[in-house]
Amino acid sequence: MDSSEFLFLKLFTTSGNSIYSFATFIAFLGPLVGITLGFDAINNERSQGTLNRLAAQPIYRDSIINAKFLAGATVILMLTFTLGLFMSGAGLLLIGIPPSGEEVCRIIAYLLLSAVYMSVWLALAIIFSVVCKHAATAALASISIWLFLSLFMDLVASGISNVLFPVEGIQGYGNMMKNYELDLALNRISPYYLFTEAATTILNPSVRSIGIVTMSSVSGAIDAPLPFGQSLLLIWPHLVVMIALAAAGFAIAYVSFMRQEIRA
Amino acid sequence: MAEPFIIETKGLTKCYGEVTAVDGLDLTIRQGEVFGLLGPNGAGKTTTTLMLLGLTEPTEGTASIDGFDCTRQPLKVKSIVGYLPDSVGFYPDMTGRQNLIFTGQLNGLDRELCEQRASELLERVGMTYAADRKAGTYSRGMKQRLGIADVLMKDPKVIIMDEPTLGIDPEGMRELISLIRELSVRDGRTILISSHQLYQVQQICDRVGIFVAGQLIACGRIEDLGRQLENEGNWSLDLQAEPNKKELYEKLSDLAGVKRIEQDATGLMRIESSRDIRRDATTLVMETGCILTQLHQRGGDLDEIYHRYFEKAGESDERADGGKASGKLRSLFHKKQASGQ
Repeated sequence: MDSSEFLFLKLFTTSGNSIYSFATFIAFLGPLVGITLGFDAINNERSQGTLNRLAAQPIYRDSIINAKFLAGATVILMLTFTLGLFMSGAGLLLIGIPPSGEEVCRIIAYLLLSAVYMSVWLALAIIFSVVCKHAATAALASISIWLFLSLFMDLVASGISNVLFPVEGIQGYGNMMKNYELDLALNRISPYYLFTEAATTILNPSVRSIGIVTMSSVSGAIDAPLPFGQSLLLIWPHLVVMIALAAAGFAIAYVSFMRQEIRA
Repeated sequence: MAEPFIIETKGLTKCYGEVTAVDGLDLTIRQGEVFGLLGPNGAGKTTTTLMLLGLTEPTEGTASIDGFDCTRQPLKVKSIVGYLPDSVGFYPDMTGRQNLIFTGQLNGLDRELCEQRASELLERVGMTYAADRKAGTYSRGMKQRLGIADVLMKDPKVIIMDEPTLGIDPEGMRELISLIRELSVRDGRTILISSHQLYQVQQICDRVGIFVAGQLIACGRIEDLGRQLENEGNWSLDLQAEPNKKELYEKLSDLAGVKRIEQDATGLMRIESSRDIRRDATTLVMETGCILTQLHQRGGDLDEIYHRYFEKAGESDERADGGKASGKLRSLFHKKQASGQ
């Protein structure tokens, strides 16, 4: 692939010697944004004594939790786009090459994806803020899940798949495919992995496939970057799963909040 | 008292698992009344107020305020009922005024009206001097006053206050009581106060209901409740005489109708009897050659009424379930004695 193509996108994916790329930063630290915005959503209202005062106003009870989620999601959306625009502006000044139309589309898609990713963590943090009495407990619970899914899921996934489908010895050749598939499936439980996969695909047009590529599927392929639509098609399942995760998380928080006693 | 009923509950019941917090409550409160819901901690007062606001669903029975069903039409109810929770809180990073305006906007009032009303109410509760300070810096008494302003933002027909006098200094209490009076008399609002502080409630309430273990065991005007107790043959007399002679004590004990005499360190005797013994007691004092220093017929104040009703409820409980509660106490006491030996 011609390296001068999609130069602008490299701004987001290139890392230096001592610094991670923008995409890595978002993948790793984005969850913290969601957790920060959500971990004290309900329990703080409760401990402040404002929740029962709020609930005594002529509003539906679910509007409280809806507002908490929507406010957080709005802030996240604004944050990702501000960051993205800053990054693009700085890049424009530094390299002086304007982004092509396709690059703009890819960046917007990436930023939307990041917003959804952070909203997943926001929803998780709101669940804990409903369930846990203290904001500190909720924060620690959310952070431990974040650490587990971001750092240790990889180890767990390879551990499990190596136990079930060992790749040593003669039978290892037969297990290799199953081992890899299981490893990938387990990793994809983590929103971190999903997001990294999707972000790589959308920011790097030369990624043609995710998952296993066999010799037969490569043979005869044209060595050219994927068009935007095709990249989008590749990550479509990732996006849907992440939206579903956020929606499911919010639904759990919603139901448990509606069943809770209002009293402090 | 020809005003229509504004709050009505019928067989209102709330169970938490095995525990019945409120048990078949039938309560009617007329428009413009100040009603005191009295009871010890954990009697189900807060649960009742939450059910009236539609914040908790009753297990059985119905409650309605101004014709609106509290469970089915909570929004209608909440737009005419102001609720002051027992530990009222405000957003600490907003000023008192902003907190009030926020409440007003939640009630669907437009911004200008909110600002105007917030200023008026801050003036009325005497908080204008701190209106533009962050609510996080407020003291407990200031929060309570802001809480009242907050309740009035929606111009409610009915105000429900949960332990409004908790943790307020005596001066603040006096102001609060006059404010509550004013809300009732001048504005004609119906006020329901739940409390266990009898003295304050006695000062402001038209009627009281005594609430023990989820049941309303007495309800009515304070004087009526006192009279009712007397008619049931429960008289209580404080008597003190000088010098404090043992003879007097014995003679008083022998009087017909005297059920119990307790004497404290100062020689003050509390005599419980089934009839009015004032005449006989004074005669006895003179016969023994003592000087009467104090004679007080109890029963008029709420403290006494409350205590009596509480005692009565306890007794009937004891009879009903074979003295479970006091039996427990007794066995505990015996255990202690046994271990002491």
